[in-house]
Amino acid sequence: MNMIQAINSAIDVAMGRDGAIVVLGEDVGYFGGVFKATEGLQKKYGKTRVFDTPISECGIIGVAVGMATYGLRPVPEIQFADYIYPALDQLVSEAARLRYRSGGEFNAPITVRTPFGGGIFGGQTHSQSPEGIFTHVAGLKTVIPSNPYDAKGLLIAAIEDNDPVIFFEPKRIYNGPFDGHYDRPVQPWSRFAESAVPEDYYTVPLGKARVVREGNDVTVLAYGTMVHVAHSVIQETGVDAELIDLRTLVPLDIETVVASVRKTGRCMVVHEATKTSGFGAELSALVQEHCFHWLEAPVQRVTGWDTPYPHSFEWAYFPGPVRLTEAFKRVMQD
Amino acid sequence: MTGRNLPPLSLHVPEPPFRPGDTVDFADFDMPAAGAVRRPPIDTSPADIRDMAYAMVRVLDDEGRAQGPWDPRLAPETLLKMLRSMALTRAFDERLYRAQRQGKTSFYMKCTGEEATSVGAAHALDYDDMCFPSYRQQGLLIARDWPIVDMINQIYSNRADRLKGRQMPIMYSVREANFFSISGNLTTQYPQAVGWAMASAARGDTRIAAAWCGEGSTAEGDFHSALTFAAVYRAPVILNVINNQWAISSFSGFAGAEATTFAARAIGYGIAGLRVDGNDALAVYAATQWAADRARNNHGPTLIEHFTYRAEGHSTSDDPSKYRSAEEGGKWPLGDPIVRLKRHVIGLGIWDEERHAAMDLEVAELVKAAQKEAEKDGILQDGLKQSFDSMFEDVFEEMPWHLKEQSAQMHEERRAAGI
Ligand SMILES: Cc1ncc(C[n+]2csc(CCOP(=O)(O)OP(=O)(O)O)c2C)c(N)n1
Repeated sequence: MNMIQAINSAIDVAMGRDGAIVVLGEDVGYFGGVFKATEGLQKKYGKTRVFDTPISECGIIGVAVGMATYGLRPVPEIQFADYIYPALDQLVSEAARLRYRSGGEFNAPITVRTPFGGGIFGGQTHSQSPEGIFTHVAGLKTVIPSNPYDAKGLLIAAIEDNDPVIFFEPKRIYNGPFDGHYDRPVQPWSRFAESAVPEDYYTVPLGKARVVREGNDVTVLAYGTMVHVAHSVIQETGVDAELIDLRTLVPLDIETVVASVRKTGRCMVVHEATKTSGFGAELSALVQEHCFHWLEAPVQRVTGWDTPYPHSFEWAYFPGPVRLTEAFKRVMQD
Repeated sequence: MTGRNLPPLSLHVPEPPFRPGDTVDFADFDMPAAGAVRRPPIDTSPADIRDMAYAMVRVLDDEGRAQGPWDPRLAPETLLKMLRSMALTRAFDERLYRAQRQGKTSFYMKCTGEEATSVGAAHALDYDDMCFPSYRQQGLLIARDWPIVDMINQIYSNRADRLKGRQMPIMYSVREANFFSISGNLTTQYPQAVGWAMASAARGDTRIAAAWCGEGSTAEGDFHSALTFAAVYRAPVILNVINNQWAISSFSGFAGAEATTFAARAIGYGIAGLRVDGNDALAVYAATQWAADRARNNHGPTLIEHFTYRAEGHSTSDDPSKYRSAEEGGKWPLGDPIVRLKRHVIGLGIWDEERHAAMDLEVAELVKAAQKEAEKDGILQDGLKQSFDSMFEDVFEEMPWHLKEQSAQMHEERRAAGI
């Protein structure tokens, strides 16, 4: 399966097991979603469980919170993460705080699926990576898969989780892993082991990172599309890097991160999102707090620039092979 | 600018009719007669009752007699129960307002003059219908006979506060009484109520939802999305707008009242819209009952504008004499909801001044006793009553490592500081 098929299968399997799960969002019903992630679900589960909504993100999330309060488990889709902002108040002020402010009387077990990330010439409003806005909110979990196997297992785990989860789907790798070489054709997922996705139920636990590649010289912390970009640069440069796919940003798998950095003594953080106050800043601070005496060089952050996502400058903006290679040189220098 | 012979544009910034020091005169107020508005069948098409969004459903006339087709013809017990709930709500407000002034808590908000809008509605709803209130519907809890000592515990953030001292006073949450957790963020409960109602419908349930917000809050985007979703899915929900004329210091003109009514907002969405005399408990009851029957029979949502007046300050942090005429409340043409219902039941021969005076005493004593009871579990002034550990609980279902770490750090720092 590719990522889309894996996500579709996750929702299908989860819905089959739990009648309380409902899917809602713009174009998700009859049409099956602009990326086809919900294709066939309305036909299978009916219009009261999979339905189209008005174009109103604040309405979609507000209504989902209300449905959750009733006892359903809504899986709302926000068509692009760039359009999640109208729903911020419902996510930050309501979904995230409901359990806390009601002393546990009410909660909002919603899973907000939303395609995110760049590398697709999406310009300013089809490329953003707003995860840092959500990791900053107490009460939200933030999950980002990087391959079909994880996408399905993490999504089922997110839907079953009793806390609100923001599930970012790196749309650049829906069809195949992207290594950052935009001038080369993308290989489909079918050529990679992670496309072997079981048809049935399984989960990948939230809060657990995956060591993609073991290494001794430097730890690379990445998620989403950047896992693949980092992986290919590691192979090309021959650095003996340990690559960690965080998979869940909150709650973070701190143990895996700390154990790795204490082993390697160096750390590089990679994300597409803008640099200032991005999640990389949190990672860098945590590494500094937990691994200060083990660090042999400053933590390097390779991120999008602090600008809105530009259209024609895509490949100067995107933290691709050129920028990662330079960062490896810097981090290995001292 | 470019030679067109037009007067310069001018920006209209609304101004309320009366400011501090002004003599208040409501002579221009178009007082609709009680009983004059028709009562359409519950399956009426929203388009057929457009006029009602500009009219006003009133049942009680100036003499306290029930008039016209909206008279809900309530049993004496129900009328007297409503009267008592309203009196208890007012007594509760008086005492807790004073408690804030005495430093027993940090904050309070009264609903004086608006008691009918929540108490009347609560009586017309079923107990298991889900309420999504704003912060000024304490009357719902009181009408649902929720123990007021529990409400005071929340206001005091004391040892018995079920919300564990996390929420500002009056932001109650009472799942057992189908009263949704109150948020400080205005109007967020509106789409949530619609979603709850959609879920109930999708599940083939028979329960409905009701939401409340102030007229000032109708300007929030959530109001628009809630009405859109309610209309699109014909959600079994009642959307109440409490038009008490004021949003803190801003008069209703800043929410659009100069141009139209709030009930008329419903028209553009294709939702049934009613405008009722919010100081007439029978009109509120009847309109809510109509809307509830309509929702329960799959005829869709109703928006009800309750026309009323915020008789007191916005909150204990507010001084209304700084922005509105002190005469306004006293001259409000729709009177006081408790006085009006009292006159009605006396007219029916089921009540009298003596019993009313005795009831006023009884509810005052009841609140006083509850307050004393609550104070046994502490007040805000004498320090935190909840365990510190609970501060980190319920952020998530299970506490993640970073919160455990922060909790331990807090304890360590306090120990080091000797507290
Ligand atoms: C989103 C948001 N904006 C602003 C505020 C601050 N605020 C609290 S109450 C209030 C006025 C609300 O007025 P209205 O809706 O008329 O209700 P009322 O207080 O009259 O019952 C404002 C502006 C808030 N709580 N939430």
